[in-house]
Amino acid sequence: MSAGMVVRRLGGGLLVLWLVSILTFLLVQLIPGDVAEVIAGENATVAEVARIRAELGLDKPVLEQYVSWFSGVLQGDLGNSLFSNRPVSSTIIEAAPPTVIITLMAMAVAVVIGVTAGIIAGLTQGSWIDRAVSALATLGIAMPSFWLAMVLVSLFALANPWLPATGYVDIREGFGVWLSHVILPATSLGLATSAELARHTRGCVADVLTRPYVRTARARGASGPWLVRRHILRNAAIPVVTVLGLQTGRLLGGVIVVEAVFGISGLGSLAINSVLQRNYPMIQGYVLFSAVVVVAINLIVDLAYGWINPKVRTA
Amino acid sequence: MTTTTPTAAAPKSSRPARHVVLTILRRPASAIAVAFIVLLVFLAIAGPFVSPHDPEAQNLGNRFAELSWTHLLGTDEFGRDVASRIIQASRIAVIAPLISVGVALLIGLPLGLWAGLRRGVVDAVAGRLADTILSLPALVGALAIVAVLGPGLVNAMLAVGIIFAPGLFRVVRGATLAVAEETFVDSAVAIGSSTRRTLWVHILPNIAAPLLVQVTILMGVALLAEASLSFIGLGVQPPDASWGSMLKSAYTNQFHSPFSVVPPGIAMVLTVLAFNTIGDSIRDAVGVRRRT
Amino acid sequence: MTAGPGQRSDAAEPLLSVEGLTIDLPGGVGQPGLVEDVTFEVRRGQAVALIGESGCGKSLTSMAILGLLPAAVRVAAGSIRFDGVDLLTCRRRELRRIRGGPVGMVFQEPMSSLNPTMTVGDQIAEVRRLHLGERRSVALKQAGQLLSRVGIPNAERRLGSYPHEMSGGMQQRVMIAAAIACDPKLLIADEPTTALDVTIQAEILELLRDLRRDLDLAVLLVTHDLGVVADFCDDVVVMYAGHMAERTPVDRLFYEPRHPYSSALLAAVPQAGRARTSLTVIPGRVPSAGQFPGGCRFEPRCEHSVDDVCRRPQADTTIGDGRRTRCGRVASGDLTLKGTVRG
Repeated sequence: MSAGMVVRRLGGGLLVLWLVSILTFLLVQLIPGDVAEVIAGENATVAEVARIRAELGLDKPVLEQYVSWFSGVLQGDLGNSLFSNRPVSSTIIEAAPPTVIITLMAMAVAVVIGVTAGIIAGLTQGSWIDRAVSALATLGIAMPSFWLAMVLVSLFALANPWLPATGYVDIREGFGVWLSHVILPATSLGLATSAELARHTRGCVADVLTRPYVRTARARGASGPWLVRRHILRNAAIPVVTVLGLQTGRLLGGVIVVEAVFGISGLGSLAINSVLQRNYPMIQGYVLFSAVVVVAINLIVDLAYGWINPKVRTA
Repeated sequence: MTTTTPTAAAPKSSRPARHVVLTILRRPASAIAVAFIVLLVFLAIAGPFVSPHDPEAQNLGNRFAELSWTHLLGTDEFGRDVASRIIQASRIAVIAPLISVGVALLIGLPLGLWAGLRRGVVDAVAGRLADTILSLPALVGALAIVAVLGPGLVNAMLAVGIIFAPGLFRVVRGATLAVAEETFVDSAVAIGSSTRRTLWVHILPNIAAPLLVQVTILMGVALLAEASLSFIGLGVQPPDASWGSMLKSAYTNQFHSPFSVVPPGIAMVLTVLAFNTIGDSIRDAVGVRRRT
Repeated sequence: MTAGPGQRSDAAEPLLSVEGLTIDLPGGVGQPGLVEDVTFEVRRGQAVALIGESGCGKSLTSMAILGLLPAAVRVAAGSIRFDGVDLLTCRRRELRRIRGGPVGMVFQEPMSSLNPTMTVGDQIAEVRRLHLGERRSVALKQAGQLLSRVGIPNAERRLGSYPHEMSGGMQQRVMIAAAIACDPKLLIADEPTTALDVTIQAEILELLRDLRRDLDLAVLLVTHDLGVVADFCDDVVVMYAGHMAERTPVDRLFYEPRHPYSSALLAAVPQAGRARTSLTVIPGRVPSAGQFPGGCRFEPRCEHSVDDVCRRPQADTTIGDGRRTRCGRVASGDLTLKGTVRG
């Protein structure tokens, strides 16, 4: 992919982030009634309401509020939590690791299971494997990940005490213990996405198989793994990678609920508590952070897409 | 000048609705799915008359009862009959998706139609806004809106509906763009059909198929979203029950009664499966290509 | 063009012989075959054309030779022998050895027939890696020479290009380079020039002609273009609706066609040097598979049709000079057709 292209994509991503920042900012403006009073709650003293109003800068005109808020955001200052008074940015950064790790592991689970199953199904169209994969994928798409999480906990943590039912342990405390805490959340989060990927990959492989260039390759004597790897997979990967990007958002949403099932205190529980407590600066920070992650991942996907697809790379 | 006025005939979708319905009912899988949804709606309406027990009746002496003929699915932590509670909660399983999809339609349909036919400022602004919202994970966006509206079933489903709207907008806009290319739309406009009339009379019937597919699939997604939000305490508030909130209490009692996570989960999976199956069948019947 | 460049008159076993080839859709019980009872041969160094309108089964026939038929259809009867090997019954390994080795194949749409995610160098080198076990670097060096052999300037630099960076004519040259990478004895070219501009068509044909001469290559050319056939081929197999209508040396076809379909085809070709000729078109169109008439398949469109004879199935008959026809009236001497004197 040419440098100009990367710059264009980067620009597009930044534009989206800026628009998200406007929406996030407007969120607080949309709260019905006097925002400061709503946030402070019914039993708040006048002084508390005034403090919140000043904290959020609500006494100034909207545009001025946005400019000062956004210039803070640009410097990494997302304001302070209304309750702990700690900076939002550092709270988010502290809460992020388990969430990010579980999401990434879930993505790995999804890719390994989904793409493998999809390729096998696509190459053996009409076989019992193909039908089994399709049936499981249909089921997997209909299954909420947090329910799957509970079922997996029942089976692998309660009925058979093989894996811990709750909590998260940092990898620095040992790879084995880390992995044992990550397997269940990542699997339950990733399976629905793997179902989606399996379906899609199957379709792409089936489509590529009908292409004339596959026939050409066979006419040259290519077959088996050689044919699959060089002629089928690389071409099928192009649309699959795009879907992978789209699925990131789904995973980042799903992880909130999965964290709740496993009692992991990551970004998900931070977000839920912030919503319940109406801790608006925290919610704003969380939304922006999520948008940054999504935009970044889509940028990576775009680059990968260009790397796989020579038409984009050299365009 | 001839005396006859040219009429712009809007060809309906090449395959009439009757054909689509028949195709769906003829397939065993989608026929079962339709029957399941009919049963669900029946339970939602007639629940109080058909449920085996009073879903609210507590019996603390009979907590976490095993499955039996009296309690088909056992009892919960208050000794309430789980089967009856599943039936009671089916009401929310019907209402919640209707709210979300309704809101999404209310926003996405008119905007999408207008943007697709007239383009211009509406298209540019709504398109940009849709892109922005779609760049956020759906649940994160819904959470942010719930933060403004406050927790509760209706608010949560409103939020989900708002998050659905951009996707629906895109589908409607895309389909409208394609139909607007057709000659009969040009001729309708040429003989003075107003934009509103063109949209409702000429375009809407022709984009009904992809719209219906999207709406059916969204019903299932909305149910999952309701369950997620209720599970984390932002959706249905006690004493009301949805399958999602039942899962939440089943989760708290998982150590005592591992089975209790099964009934609400199965009910949910079957419902979503039914919606997805119907959606897929409509898509196959009308030959709408799957988004790739 | 009586003696083509590579033609030999030896009576040894033909390089390729197709006998009674019948291709059908499995499951379609009672359906007539998409291709039925097609018999022809290609001798070493000879060029044979399979000609006919689209949908006549000529492409299916050419695909069947290397076992490349789409999954929906199958060979129901007949035999295909190449250089002593029965291609329909041989082991898959043997078939893979022949594909791209002694038999090269070129397809119609170079753009979609080349892998878009692989450099053209790799696609040519692939053949040598597969068949000769060459290392990639060695094979790529060979690919460079092949590219310049097929007339691509700056061949070495072009190795790293992707198909979409080339013009249609260049892409077809790449296809040809890959097809001849292992010195094949037979090149199957399925409408190699159809998708190209007219000027490019001539260049590609010129290239094929050179290769034929230099490599002593036999060519099976699938085409619908009689003009191409006239100056490239030795023998012609005229196909219509899955049947072989006529098989003949090419020059005889123009002087005295032995099937009404052949003469109709000839009449539909614009003749150079003949002013104000009105082009004849063949009325009607090729019936689609499943709707073939029970008797002579050309009968509904044939201007020489006689009900009682032509409504019955026609036999593929040898009529001397190594010619065959599937027209009962011609075979029995009842009908004599006029050829076009070539101007």
